[in-house]
Amino acid sequence: MLNNKKKKVDLVSMLVIVAILFAVNILAEMFVPRTSLFFSVVKKSCVYALVAVSMNLLNGFTGLFSLGQAGFMLIGAYAYAILTIPAEMRDSVYQYFDGGLINEPIFWPLALIVAGLVAGVFAFLIGLPVLRLKSDYLAIATLGFAEIIRAFVQWDKFGPLTNGSNLLRGYPTFDSLASEWFGSPKFSSTIALAITAVCILLIVLFINSTYGRALKAIRDDEIAAEAMGINLARHKQISFIISSFFAGVGGALLAMHQSTIQATAFESAMTYEILLIVVVGGIGSISGSCISSFLYIAASEWWLRGLDSGSFLGIQSTLFRGGFRKVVFSVIIMIIVLFFRQGIMGDKELSFTRIAEKIKRKSKKEPSKKEAEKEVAAK
Amino acid sequence: MKKLLAILLSALLVFSLVACNGGSGESTTAPASSGENQSSDSTGNDVVKIGVFEPQSGANGAGGKQEILGMQYANHVQPTVEIGGKTYDVKLEIVDNESSTDKAPTAAQTLVSAGVSVVLGSYGSSVAIAGSPVFKNGGIPAIGVTCTNPQVTEGNDHYFRICFLDPFQGTVLANYAFKELGAKKAYILAELGNDYDQGLANYFTKAFEKLGGSVVRGDFTKGTSDFTSYLANAKNDNCEVIFSPTSIQYAQLIVEQSTSQGTGLPLLASDTWDSNVILNAAKGTDAKIYVTTFYQEGGNKEFDEGIKKWINEDSTAKTNNGGDDTVAAVTAMGYDAYFVALEALKKAGSTAPADVLKVLPSVTFDGVSGKIEFDEVGDAKRDTAFVKNANTETGAWDFVAKQGV
Amino acid sequence: MNFAEFFQRNLPYILSGISVGGQYALIAIGYTMVYGILRLINFAHGDIFMVAGLLMVYISASLPVYVAMPIVIVATVVLGVLVERLAYKPLRSAPRMSVMISAIGVSYLIQNLALYVTGGLPQVYPKIPYISDTVKIFGAVTKRVTVITPILTIVLIIVLVLLIKYTKVGIAMRAVSKDFETSQLMGVKINKVISMTFVIGSFLAAIGSLLYFTNYTSVMPTSGAMPGLKAFVAAVFGGIGSIPGAVVGAFIIGICENIIKGLGLTTFSDAFTFALLIVILCVKPTGIFGEKNIDKV
Repeated sequence: MLNNKKKKVDLVSMLVIVAILFAVNILAEMFVPRTSLFFSVVKKSCVYALVAVSMNLLNGFTGLFSLGQAGFMLIGAYAYAILTIPAEMRDSVYQYFDGGLINEPIFWPLALIVAGLVAGVFAFLIGLPVLRLKSDYLAIATLGFAEIIRAFVQWDKFGPLTNGSNLLRGYPTFDSLASEWFGSPKFSSTIALAITAVCILLIVLFINSTYGRALKAIRDDEIAAEAMGINLARHKQISFIISSFFAGVGGALLAMHQSTIQATAFESAMTYEILLIVVVGGIGSISGSCISSFLYIAASEWWLRGLDSGSFLGIQSTLFRGGFRKVVFSVIIMIIVLFFRQGIMGDKELSFTRIAEKIKRKSKKEPSKKEAEKEVAAK
Repeated sequence: MKKLLAILLSALLVFSLVACNGGSGESTTAPASSGENQSSDSTGNDVVKIGVFEPQSGANGAGGKQEILGMQYANHVQPTVEIGGKTYDVKLEIVDNESSTDKAPTAAQTLVSAGVSVVLGSYGSSVAIAGSPVFKNGGIPAIGVTCTNPQVTEGNDHYFRICFLDPFQGTVLANYAFKELGAKKAYILAELGNDYDQGLANYFTKAFEKLGGSVVRGDFTKGTSDFTSYLANAKNDNCEVIFSPTSIQYAQLIVEQSTSQGTGLPLLASDTWDSNVILNAAKGTDAKIYVTTFYQEGGNKEFDEGIKKWINEDSTAKTNNGGDDTVAAVTAMGYDAYFVALEALKKAGSTAPADVLKVLPSVTFDGVSGKIEFDEVGDAKRDTAFVKNANTETGAWDFVAKQGV
Repeated sequence: MNFAEFFQRNLPYILSGISVGGQYALIAIGYTMVYGILRLINFAHGDIFMVAGLLMVYISASLPVYVAMPIVIVATVVLGVLVERLAYKPLRSAPRMSVMISAIGVSYLIQNLALYVTGGLPQVYPKIPYISDTVKIFGAVTKRVTVITPILTIVLIIVLVLLIKYTKVGIAMRAVSKDFETSQLMGVKINKVISMTFVIGSFLAAIGSLLYFTNYTSVMPTSGAMPGLKAFVAAVFGGIGSIPGAVVGAFIIGICENIIKGLGLTTFSDAFTFALLIVILCVKPTGIFGEKNIDKV
């Protein structure tokens, strides 16, 4: 019984953490000035957390090494944007394509789901040939698919649908929704947090199900899993489709965060970034992915910015010029990859029962660590 | 091992939290929302911040840097401004948007949270469009310096611009190609996913076809460096001119490969190509390069001499300018944009972004690139462009004509 | 249209296809050899190629080009070996995925370092006398490097194949790529062999970079990414681990890519390469020249 509990993601803990996060975020929304980068970081890390978790589902829980995440995000982002741009904006957005093909926008939550579904359908089709391949080959093939998808989206023959290589804008975003509901962009990051939390919860439920256990069995030993009566091809396919579904939703959320979307941004570099987030968080840990995406985004876009502009932590140096931030950042990443291969969480999850046990065992060890982790856990 | 890591990381986390609170505390909590930036520096004056939203890396890095140079020089010439009877020091808050639409929103947010009163930029229309909603939500007015795509200002009350627009520039270029160069068929070389390129290509096509010419499109993907096949296409399709409204990164490659392949076709380009990078690539070859631009060196002697002296004295500035002191049009535009911002601050009599936004539509300024005033959309009223030709012997621009539509 | 005209029309595509194919081939060998021995996709290889370009820009600024060239080659080789020592060797017993992630991390680091050093500005590659000169071949004007590349590539490949076939270290390499553990037991010095692989790979990448950037004279921090990826695809296409396979694959990809552009489908020139990869992976996962995989479970 106890053993079984450890294997599963602790749902109660997760819900409590989500609740804490909500509370913290709502407080922040009320008391921290709107202009703070904090909210921007929260929104972006929500998006990345979702995509990282979806990648973790494949890489960490199924043992399939896929590098197609950016491609599925692209599909999701475009599906969402195309379906929700209001009719009056169409002429100006699709200015080179006479207003585009689709004229009636659909309700945005519906579009989010459709975004996931479209990505899922593509995953199904791509999976047919690709999922038979082994580790590295699968990685490089999915990477290739992402590039192919990008080229097709940019093709001007598809212009009336995708607006060719030009950007899409004017669809509902976190900010515009918040303005609509609360009269100001306040609480936009709470909206992002809510959508992400629901999606990650769904993934956790999936991982805790019979399917999830089967996937872990495949990861640990394909042959043994097959011998136990698990249909390998089918389970891999399901995992691939679900992962892509959420990557698609993540792409749509990215579109909502950025308020403009363009195919060129979804390069393989984006997939690498997400992969590094997964690794830093710990391959096979949902909460790890969430924590690390917050740390990753906050460090790269917020905390280390001073390194680019000449003064950091009060230190002035001529070394600190454009690009230094990224150098420092990538060095940190390399150190983690080389010396802390387990990442922040290893394959464990953040769970109160575990923390309680630990505190019991070693009450002297650093309570502040858990505080900090809880505070940022997830986003 | 894991424990060690956890401790290390949480220490790092706490450390950085403290760092960011200490570092950006006053700027996030003391704030732009009230509009009073009361931090002081050594001169004892209050400081007003002007945000500079420009690419310093990526495909448009070189152009963005030259544009910043103009602002920095302007800041060097005029470091203070009188607002509501008080003298303020002007501080440029520069942020790198990495020429990328997915990095632009956070970069823009950085400026908003730093409490700037007005934003200048960006070079490259895509990033300007991507950053625009952030400025809008922050209630901060922005002045586009050289982003020529109509979508930048369209439907936005907070975005202004001091340069001409793509429909105008595209038409000028099409006219020039058809009437002056006598071309009936043009090859268009534009980067996919770049709104600047695609916008110009589109308006050029419209205008050129209206005149009775025809075009062949050759779109290349981001990061392309092999243009030989595109150039061969241009030749095989019997095109008489190559129109390439690309960023400088590609421009150098296109010029180089066009001459070494001996296409012999004239290259026609837009304001981005008005750069010493092109001159250096064309020098000593038989390239025929024509560009339309905002400013002709020699247009304002005092400015030219001043900025050349400044560039030559500052080695970083010289590197950022591409290693010599040729003044790019975007630099002149950056210089003008800075003074337009100062005019607006003076007129507003306050550093609050909302007040600046209110007066901006009525601001006028006589800049080195001509008189600047805004129309109802927020675009500059400009009806002339300069056409220049790269002199392959002297390695300088020769003035060809002043063109209207 | 008669044949002469047809030939005249399409010659530029073929020429640049062969030239770029040769450059891909030189990079692809680095991928294929490392993969053969370590089963690692060395994502940083394309960036090492880019660094070679940058080094040339900086070194030739103060030294004559002919002096700079050997220095660049040596420095690139040192960099390649250094990357192996620092980023791959500590992970020798780790799962393969960790090493691959480390490779991605190194690539990220090198690109960011290059970004920092260049300040984001594209660097203009110096003209190398003689090979930068313009020549005329059957009426098509091009740089001399276009003609030199395929010849030099083939000469280097022959030397390399002989080296692997007949020298002691070459035999050791083949042994290690056949069976890592067994060859270790037989007394092959694994680390030496691996270092040698990186030396050869980086050396060829440096030569490839000299040729590539002489043709396309601008170096950016991201310049190495696409050629690197394409060279890897070439290696897979030809059968990973096989040197002649990588070369043939590289030439096929280089030429196809340019023909696609010639047909006016320029949007798809990169996508085509990947489509080719997926087709070959699905039809014949071992590539055209690949050996049959006997993965024991």
